[in-house]
Amino acid sequence: MEKRVVFRSAWLPYALVAPQIAITVVFFFWPAAQAVWYSFQLQDAFGLKTQFVGLQNFAALFKDGNYLDSFRVTAVFSALVAFIGIAISLLLAAMADRVLRGALAYKTLLVWPYAVAPAVAGVLWAFLFAPSIGIVTYVLKGFGVDWNWILDGDQAMLLIVIASVWKQISYNFLFFLAGLQSIPRSLIEAAAIDGAGPTRRFWTVVFPLLSPTTFFLLVVNVVYAFFDTFGVIDATTQGGPAQATQILVYKVYHDGVKAADLGSSSAQSVILMFIVIALTVVQFRFIERKVQY
Amino acid sequence: MRIKLLVAALASAGLFTTGAQAQTEIQWWHSMGGALGEALNGLANQFNAEQKDYKIVTSFKGSYPESMTAAIAAFRAGQAPHLLQVFEVGTATMMAAKGAIKPVYVLMKEAGEPFDPKAYLPTVTGYYSDARGNMLSLPFNSSTALFYIDRNKFKQAGVPPVPPKTWKELIAVAEKLKAAGQSCVYTTGWPSWVHVENFSAWHNVPIGTKQNGMAGLDTVFTVNSPTHVKHIAMLADMAKKGLFTYAGRRNEADTRFAVGECAMATISAGALGNIIKAGKTDWEIGFLPYHDDVKGAPQNSVIGGASLWVMSGRKAEEYKGVAKFMSFLSRPQVQMEWHIKTGYVPITQAAFEVTKKSGFYGKNPGRDMAVRQLTNKTPTANSKGLRFGNFVQGRTVIEEELEAVFAGKKEVKAALDEAVRRGNEILRQFEAANK
Repeated sequence: MEKRVVFRSAWLPYALVAPQIAITVVFFFWPAAQAVWYSFQLQDAFGLKTQFVGLQNFAALFKDGNYLDSFRVTAVFSALVAFIGIAISLLLAAMADRVLRGALAYKTLLVWPYAVAPAVAGVLWAFLFAPSIGIVTYVLKGFGVDWNWILDGDQAMLLIVIASVWKQISYNFLFFLAGLQSIPRSLIEAAAIDGAGPTRRFWTVVFPLLSPTTFFLLVVNVVYAFFDTFGVIDATTQGGPAQATQILVYKVYHDGVKAADLGSSSAQSVILMFIVIALTVVQFRFIERKVQY
Repeated sequence: MRIKLLVAALASAGLFTTGAQAQTEIQWWHSMGGALGEALNGLANQFNAEQKDYKIVTSFKGSYPESMTAAIAAFRAGQAPHLLQVFEVGTATMMAAKGAIKPVYVLMKEAGEPFDPKAYLPTVTGYYSDARGNMLSLPFNSSTALFYIDRNKFKQAGVPPVPPKTWKELIAVAEKLKAAGQSCVYTTGWPSWVHVENFSAWHNVPIGTKQNGMAGLDTVFTVNSPTHVKHIAMLADMAKKGLFTYAGRRNEADTRFAVGECAMATISAGALGNIIKAGKTDWEIGFLPYHDDVKGAPQNSVIGGASLWVMSGRKAEEYKGVAKFMSFLSRPQVQMEWHIKTGYVPITQAAFEVTKKSGFYGKNPGRDMAVRQLTNKTPTANSKGLRFGNFVQGRTVIEEELEAVFAGKKEVKAALDEAVRRGNEILRQFEAANK
């Protein structure tokens, strides 16, 4: 049943994809190649003196115990962000799917946070959770919790996870809602007639049918946690206390943009690039098999 | 991966601000937001109104690291501004970039502007001069770390409301305040700047070899000396007893003191404006506390803030305007107004004298403390300033290790040894990149 449109012209198809290719090359491949090139160099901030140093930047990074610890922090952070983000938005989407009255308003409100810039989200949560003056801190104090993420690494991690998850929930929610709405009602009704309760229906019918969406969101959320969260971190913990929230991409940003150490920063971003490539391969190779399309 | 994109975006932003006009335009990139930005624009407007040949065009480029990155990107694209405000920790990076900058002493000589480096305060100029004493950038906004107390809190605890002079006295007062139910007794802003950099100068101990890095790139950190270990151990002990509340790496402590939460704080001289505005404290300013068993203490403190760097590659005619503007900025009357409006210290001796004569300090006690502390004694090799390559990263390293100590995760000596080891790696890399 496949329908295909065939171009007869030899050059037209290339001309049509050319703009997209050009954009990809100029904005993705070229900067990426530059990063690889810089990663082999030692350069002063102004680019006045450049030396080719081979793999020295990489060697220095892998010798650095603090850098290696960043991998652990990043793994914990991304796992938490992806898992919590997906779980909460799935719950919200499942609830929203059942709402009959005011559904539009409810859905619109849930989508709002996506429009907030990461740095603003960071500042917002930093205010709420500020030690001593934050509203949440004040409430927690009432419950006898000593909230001070400025010195407590676990609390700092919790803070950036909450802020990052909050930012991403809307995105996940939209996809889950669309996924839920494309599940044929007849399947769910049939299960209901067979005597399955709502929970059982969800886990045996709905959740498996949602697996392509969940898988897609897993990939997107991991990439989000890896790359798009430095705004949140910069506005709140800046990688501290000590290095409890120093994820890889934040260190790339700090060393490259704030400290103008382009060689090391580029080497780090090349490493990051390889990690994400590897992760994506693993996800598609092993996890995708469990997905039912 | 995004660096190149950023470079391109910033460069184009720089490109469009340069417009051709009859007057010679001089681009000035800065990092002064809010009220400070208004004061800075006031300076530019005053200069523009005074003469017709040159026009200073100011652009706010974000925080200090942001404007520096913007200028670096613009320089790489051949679009650097004439004047750039660079924070003190960026000094070594600017100084090493010989082809990118035009030293102020050369600029003034070429433009034939009268210029006497001795007119400026020695602790201020020392920070921005090369080993031979040539001024490379013009000090602009300089502050220092000061010690603030809230007299109300002292009175409530039955303690005489005067700032303790030594750390021993401070701890004795702190215990009484704590016993009287004060929850945040003492806090600090900028942990590395106050408790490592200023602490070292104040106690006349080196932060690094080679005159704190001023005499060569082959410097190593010495912040794990017994004096440093003793001081940080004392702070860690105070933290454990609840006498010291850690507030964060930046100026978070300013607010905590200003709103009346903390009884004592070591924060920037520049915090005073907000403390007065908040109006919640009966503040008094003292010198930074010192350890009376350290010989030669107290010496003098070091500055923080920023200076103006002239970027290379512009026309001689434009540099003439830059030189005239620098003479204007150094005028005692201009300095006095800037000092009074912003709280930053005046950069020349003459400006300090003029302000004194105007009776400002009599009406505003405490406002002269920063200058007095900076000029407390003739600066030594340990106290005239510091110059470490890539100190943005160096400071982060020190602060990370301090946080590990205050959180009780690391022993003091081990943490400071680690700060030295990691810091030295950064210095070696900077040395290699700037050979």
